[in-house]
Amino acid sequence: MAAKIRTEKVSAWYGPKKAIEDITLDFEEQAVSAIIGPSGCGKSTLIRCLNRMHETIPKARVEGKVLLSGEDIYGLPAVTVRRRIGMVFQKANPFPTMSIYENVAAGLRLNGERNRDRLDTAVLESLKQAALWDEVKDSLEKSGASLSGGQQQRLCIARALAVRPEVLLMDEPCAALDPIATAKIEDLIFDLKKDYTVVIVTHNMQQAARVAETTAFMYLGHLIEVGPTRELFERPKETLTESYITGRFG
Amino acid sequence: MDKRYIAEDRFAIERRMHPFRRSPGVGRPVSPDTLGDPLFQWFSTAVALGVVGLLVLITVILSLAAQDSIRTFGLGFLTGNVWNPVPPLVFGAVPFVYGTLVTSALALLFGVPISLGIAIFLSELSPPWLRIPLTYVVELLAAVPSVVYGLWGIFVLGPVMRVSVEPVVQDIFGFLPIFQGNPIGTDKFTAGVILAIMIIPTISAVSREALLAVPDNQREAALSLGATRWETTRVAVLRYARAGIFGAIILGLGRAVGETMAVTMTIGNRNAISVSLFDQGQTIASWIANNFLNATDPLELSALIELGLVLMLMSLVINVFARLMLGRVLRRGEGAA
Repeated sequence: MAAKIRTEKVSAWYGPKKAIEDITLDFEEQAVSAIIGPSGCGKSTLIRCLNRMHETIPKARVEGKVLLSGEDIYGLPAVTVRRRIGMVFQKANPFPTMSIYENVAAGLRLNGERNRDRLDTAVLESLKQAALWDEVKDSLEKSGASLSGGQQQRLCIARALAVRPEVLLMDEPCAALDPIATAKIEDLIFDLKKDYTVVIVTHNMQQAARVAETTAFMYLGHLIEVGPTRELFERPKETLTESYITGRFG
Repeated sequence: MDKRYIAEDRFAIERRMHPFRRSPGVGRPVSPDTLGDPLFQWFSTAVALGVVGLLVLITVILSLAAQDSIRTFGLGFLTGNVWNPVPPLVFGAVPFVYGTLVTSALALLFGVPISLGIAIFLSELSPPWLRIPLTYVVELLAAVPSVVYGLWGIFVLGPVMRVSVEPVVQDIFGFLPIFQGNPIGTDKFTAGVILAIMIIPTISAVSREALLAVPDNQREAALSLGATRWETTRVAVLRYARAGIFGAIILGLGRAVGETMAVTMTIGNRNAISVSLFDQGQTIASWIANNFLNATDPLELSALIELGLVLMLMSLVINVFARLMLGRVLRRGEGAA
């Protein structure tokens, strides 16, 4: 399979502090790639470099190349990049002043879509894709904030999917959820890879093992090892990886 | 070894910071609270209730002092538009209520967009080094005494309005009745502009607080959908903060309705209802300030005090109305939940 996203020697800073260094990594098309590592290893920073969200933080900067289907995203307008590469965050962040419907339609409306039929269709499809439709189909006018935590996170996934991105980035999407809500989202991630390239950052090694084809392990801002998930967990090449997955630190 | 020591130390510090969780032998010894707590509670309760008492007292005393006028004119006071201090004595409030409403509306019309612009710049766009000094400067505007605004209004703003602004507005919009007549520079239009300047610090400071209270994850949500900076501000920030912004506007309106000195000095002080903003006018506050010392008849004094009561009621109505509106806006925002 081809690499949908490829980072070439990506380094990122917060002010003078270097968070990640020289990361070169491929993310395959229509597959789930996981990035694991202990807190502060730079995995969230890396994923935020993939859709130019890193630079929205004051004094943050990035060096290196991120190629989306061969095209450097740092040569494209950030707004275009983020429409092609959607993102879901650690804490579910629906717009609380908008209804469920408006939340999902928000991205399309930003793109200038005004046609009610097309909006309706997109909202329906996105909510179905996010496995939320059955739970909310009778309450689309309710506030997005009225849902449970797990539903809110799936709403955010639906909102990200509604603009039909090529890639979906997920930054610890289950960190704030209970096991049942987590299981639902993991099932969902599994389904999504049919249509999307998914990159997921996770704290939870079992989660990476369950959903991802490929896993990358990061430590202190460096990429330590990357490989097929099973191989990485069963026969890690690096001692650091082995120490981490066997629970000696992290 | 080292780590454990630090952990224990931190535990001890935490305990000292939470007096109710103090355990024996840690932190300062506790004397049973026999006097301090009740005294503090009594004092807080007293001052809190005192505010309510003060409001009641003001209303009662104003009503008593206005009794003569209320008895003599009844509802006619609120519908009359004549103020005749020589026999036959007739007093009516309409021109002043009208002037107050018109100037306050103008103040909001000019003041709100500018204030929101300032608030958005300060919270969303400003480079960090400019943020704090600029915030201070805006707040400094609120510290300028209103009589100084009045003087500036007479000697600087008034002439500019008469020579440069009003004729231009008239050239463009002269077909509208509100911009007809002879622009003189001391009129409702100028008073509205002065008021707008005076309420800008209030509205922008409070709106800025509301915008700063919007969590960053809301901005990130919009940005990650491919929103531009302005779209992010509109979709994620302004919408989220709309209740706070609305509160800020009402606070500003409250100030505009009651402002006395600067308006008295710029509105031209003519007791008449006229459609044109280029005509002189009068607000409740400016009329009271202008006539309080000259009121010779006790009935006129009583009528002026009733006018004060009307002003107070107007502020009250605005506030209650604002709260109701706010409730409706918020409920709609939360859907049927």
